[in-house]
Amino acid sequence: MDLSIFLIQVLNSVQYGLLLFLVASGLTLIFGIMGVINLAHGSFYMLGAYAAFTLSSLTGNLFSAIAIGIVLAVVFGYLLEWIFFNFLYQRDHLQQVLLTYGLILVFEDLRSIVVGDDVHGVPVPAALSASIPLGSTMSYPVYNLFISAACLVVAVLLFVLLRRTRLGMMIRAGASNREMVRSLGIDIHLLFRVVFAIGVALAAFAGMVSAPASSVYPGMGNQVLIICFVVVVIGGIGSVPGALVAALLVGFIDTFGKVFLPDYSGMLVYLLMAVILIWRPEGLFRESAV
Amino acid sequence: MSAARRALPLIALAALAVLPALAGKFYVELVAKIMIMAVFAMSLDLLVGVTGLVSLGHAAFFGLASYVPVLAAPDKYSATSLWTSLPLAVAASALLALAIGSLALRTRGVYFIMVTLAFSQMVYFVFHDTKIAGGSDGTYLYVKPVASIGSWTPLDLGNATHFYYAMLALLVLTFAVLRLLLASRFGHALRGIRSNEQRMRALGFNTYAYKLAAFTIAGAIAGLAGYFAAVQFGFVNPEMVSWHQSANVLLMVILGGLGNLFGAIVGAFALVLAQDFFSSLTKHWLVLMGGFVILVVMLLPGGLVGVERAWLHWRRRRG
Repeated sequence: MDLSIFLIQVLNSVQYGLLLFLVASGLTLIFGIMGVINLAHGSFYMLGAYAAFTLSSLTGNLFSAIAIGIVLAVVFGYLLEWIFFNFLYQRDHLQQVLLTYGLILVFEDLRSIVVGDDVHGVPVPAALSASIPLGSTMSYPVYNLFISAACLVVAVLLFVLLRRTRLGMMIRAGASNREMVRSLGIDIHLLFRVVFAIGVALAAFAGMVSAPASSVYPGMGNQVLIICFVVVVIGGIGSVPGALVAALLVGFIDTFGKVFLPDYSGMLVYLLMAVILIWRPEGLFRESAV
Repeated sequence: MSAARRALPLIALAALAVLPALAGKFYVELVAKIMIMAVFAMSLDLLVGVTGLVSLGHAAFFGLASYVPVLAAPDKYSATSLWTSLPLAVAASALLALAIGSLALRTRGVYFIMVTLAFSQMVYFVFHDTKIAGGSDGTYLYVKPVASIGSWTPLDLGNATHFYYAMLALLVLTFAVLRLLLASRFGHALRGIRSNEQRMRALGFNTYAYKLAAFTIAGAIAGLAGYFAAVQFGFVNPEMVSWHQSANVLLMVILGGLGNLFGAIVGAFALVLAQDFFSSLTKHWLVLMGGFVILVVMLLPGGLVGVERAWLHWRRRRG
């Protein structure tokens, strides 16, 4: 394998891994703090991608589409927690699976009614449409670098939020002991709602920022959801650092698997999960703080 | 009331037995399909309702077995024998369940849900990405398996009425066997694991082995259902293994009510008929289906079998 191809694959791996991290970190936070398994989380990624498509064709500018989209995602997440998820805390995992699966069906069909079932593309913004030449024949699109950079910035912001702010302290405390946080007089319901809104916004942002690089198509959320479950299982449920390590690991294995073993690449990440389960059934970062 | 309740399953069984004489071919085929799904749902109920293991990957075993009548045939125009390909299908599903279960059962709770989902997705990719049986396009089962003993053919699987009664027999048999299993020491141990695994371990039960046995049996029965589903549809594709299939059968079990096998059968009928009804109304029936599921969760925590209790509870609160 020549060096420029190798470099391109490394960049692709990092980009895929960081995107997965944004979706999986919301999933793991929502589970860690609220105790809810959310199958509809992949739908937020899908809705984000479609929002980028619709809003960028309305405004003509991807960046303003993303800005509007984030605000919409936060409001949407806040309302969704208030109407549906609020109701699941007292229920067992089975009911959570059922209700969130029902939400997937509703979201997919509403998407089909509003936008249709066609595959769409989102134009790459003109400022980022160039390619960087690598070697004599290869090149790497600037926009893909922008995706990685944007995800990296968001990931750093998330870590700063969790580690350095009062809200982050409450979230970490909520993940390790919900009852104690409640008895210390913190409004746990408000905390849940905020965490849920953050999770939705992270997944939607991942969907929006990746839309120009990949196409926007029905069912894209489910693909991401299941891979994110793998990420969360490998990283350890409730652990954000674990999700980061696992997401990058999955990104590399999947990308390089497609190069070396194209027929079996779909299975590789699941084999990785099987190995981790044999070795450490609780995931890599078991029971560590958020 | 209680006598009527006891008689209800017998009346339902009698209705199923006379249905082919009264209804057209469409309904005979529809109900045969529902009975296959009911067998599939009962196998999952053994895990979810009885043992307390929420598996979101049960379609892996259903789907693997559905490929066997296609893969076991020497070429696509010759039939397999029911007596060899069916045991092969069940054995394949049981083995896969043993393998997946031995790993997945190292985890519990929400991990178990995600891990079973992920492993079934791995099986999905085996059929989707490789060239096995048409890859992502799937393949036709041109010739149905033959059920002959010597030169005598008691059962023609291509005949809708024959197939219907075969599936009715399968449903009753599966129900009876699972009932016996639940009444045995093994069944009581599984219920014990559901209510308190720690205590069962303290009592000296190897709970891992019990759970693995339940997982394998459930996989084998799901394989039984998958095999006949492929025979009825005459077509297999990776969708048989997809996670929508797993979620669908989980919906049936939960809709019907957990842990008593009747619920699984009721749920299979309710879900397939609801899908049929909604899809006859509009192209966008999934939104209705999703809304229906959400409403059932919010209003009926005990499933459809629990309707009576919910109604009594509501009346008591009002009066």
